[in-house]
Amino acid sequence: MMKNENLIQYIYGIADNALILGQRLSELCGHGPSLETDIAITNMALDLLGQTRSYYQYVAQLSGEGKTEDDIAFLRTERQYKNVLLVEQPNRHFGYVITRQFLFDMFHLLLLQNLQNSKDEMLAAIAKKGIKEVSYHQRFSLDWMKRLGDGTPESHNKVQEAVNDLWKFTDELFHMTEDDRIAFEAGVGVDVASFKTLYLQKVSDILTEATLTVPEIKWFQKGGKQGIHSEHMGYLLADLQYMQRAYPDMKW
Amino acid sequence: MSEKEVKNLERLFEDRIARDEKIEPKDWMPEKYRQTHIRQISQHAHSEIVGMLPEGNWITRAPSLRRKVALLAKVQDEAGHGLYLYSACETLGVSRDELYDQLHTGKAKYSSIFNYPTITWADIGAIGWLVDGAAIINQVPLCSTSYGPYARAMIRVCKEESFHQRQGFEIMMNLAKGSKEQKAMAQDALNRWWWPSLMMLGPTDAESVHTEQSMKWKLKRKTNDELRQQFIDQTVPQAELIGLTIPDSDLKWNEERGSYDFGAIDWDEFWQVVKGHGPCNQERMSARVNAWENGEWVRDAAMAYAEKQEDKKLKKAI
Repeated sequence: MMKNENLIQYIYGIADNALILGQRLSELCGHGPSLETDIAITNMALDLLGQTRSYYQYVAQLSGEGKTEDDIAFLRTERQYKNVLLVEQPNRHFGYVITRQFLFDMFHLLLLQNLQNSKDEMLAAIAKKGIKEVSYHQRFSLDWMKRLGDGTPESHNKVQEAVNDLWKFTDELFHMTEDDRIAFEAGVGVDVASFKTLYLQKVSDILTEATLTVPEIKWFQKGGKQGIHSEHMGYLLADLQYMQRAYPDMKW
Repeated sequence: MSEKEVKNLERLFEDRIARDEKIEPKDWMPEKYRQTHIRQISQHAHSEIVGMLPEGNWITRAPSLRRKVALLAKVQDEAGHGLYLYSACETLGVSRDELYDQLHTGKAKYSSIFNYPTITWADIGAIGWLVDGAAIINQVPLCSTSYGPYARAMIRVCKEESFHQRQGFEIMMNLAKGSKEQKAMAQDALNRWWWPSLMMLGPTDAESVHTEQSMKWKLKRKTNDELRQQFIDQTVPQAELIGLTIPDSDLKWNEERGSYDFGAIDWDEFWQVVKGHGPCNQERMSARVNAWENGEWVRDAAMAYAEKQEDKKLKKAI
């Protein structure tokens, strides 16, 4: 039986990815390699933060404790965020930004395409709206994977380095937590494991087209979904939460 | 072309402007007109993209999701303004890369106001309210300037700027009616941004070198001092409305003039910042130069990829 708390935790598992990746992308605003990429990356950040707000407003309503979207975004402690490790990885260089985006977008679109059939009408509606946005994100990141992979030797090496480093975070995308399982059984959640093969196939095809090598590794990283994050996360949250922590209970 | 012919063309050109006709990129124009427009439009474009930095400084720390999204969208609008303005400038026969180079080498200027730091959240409100407010006063007359591409870009820019200005004022209003700490934060931001905002409208008329020619070409409709007075007269009642105090003990309504009298502006500070010695000149420039240099391999990759695709298409066609 799915309880309210299971549903809330299930939503965190989806929404926190959007928040944390949106936060990472918003760090880049004003520092892009060209005005056009700057604007495009900010667009993706805006879409992701918009999705975050829809999910959190729903959680606020479900929790029924007079909570707001901001309480949920800003006032949880590190262990309470359920995003995957991939999205919290830092913007080391543009190759990392694009690779992180690409690896996540390919997953995100499949997730939302499944989630739009959820029995939960609110989640289905958020997913439907998100599909349009994430299709655009995917087109952007996929095009850039090809440009960087098949651009110059320098760009090829840089993006290959990012693929090699970030690949270890892809497996976690398909892990099912206990809440995920309960939500899936209730017809609300998605069985992410069911499209892992499809994901790997699609990602490998693009990487190959981009003249990049698909990493073959045995050991993957996990933990984000249990709230066990990388060391990067604390700094990200320190920035994110600063105002709400320094000036509690105020309206902005 | 003989000197006489040039003079004749110049006369016809000035007549067109006097009749409020737009000058378009393919029209003949005096070299000085072209150079002045490159200087002004590029300076404006540079101000947009350097202006992204002080506000960008607060995106990751915005106090609520709503504010974060609004700020991101605002800074993105500025990138968009930069894009239209660089494009307008390119119609005068200069490339975006050349313009960037002028910015990065310090040859081109940008609005000095962006060399001040944003140290609290209230600075984001103050920038929207005061800096965008002053910018609008400067820019609205440009919607009917003589050079077509610039005038058209400005129509779009001004629409968005007035939205930004209201957004900034709303941030300040919320702070001013908030807790004691919030109100103090708002007042402190007003104290720090007021004088630099007045300086934004340019040196006094006596010191301004470009005014006369610019008036003729409709790059300017009012003098700097007139614009400054308009800004003060418009902003003082707004401050009163939200219960903040303008940091000028000489500020007083002058019944006879129907305007506010105000205190002396510290022009030494203005020239110090213009000449590169403001609190953040170095930081702003190094942020721009770093973004450009770190992005070089990305731009090269895009170019190389596009060429490869073009080659493939050609081979297929053969």
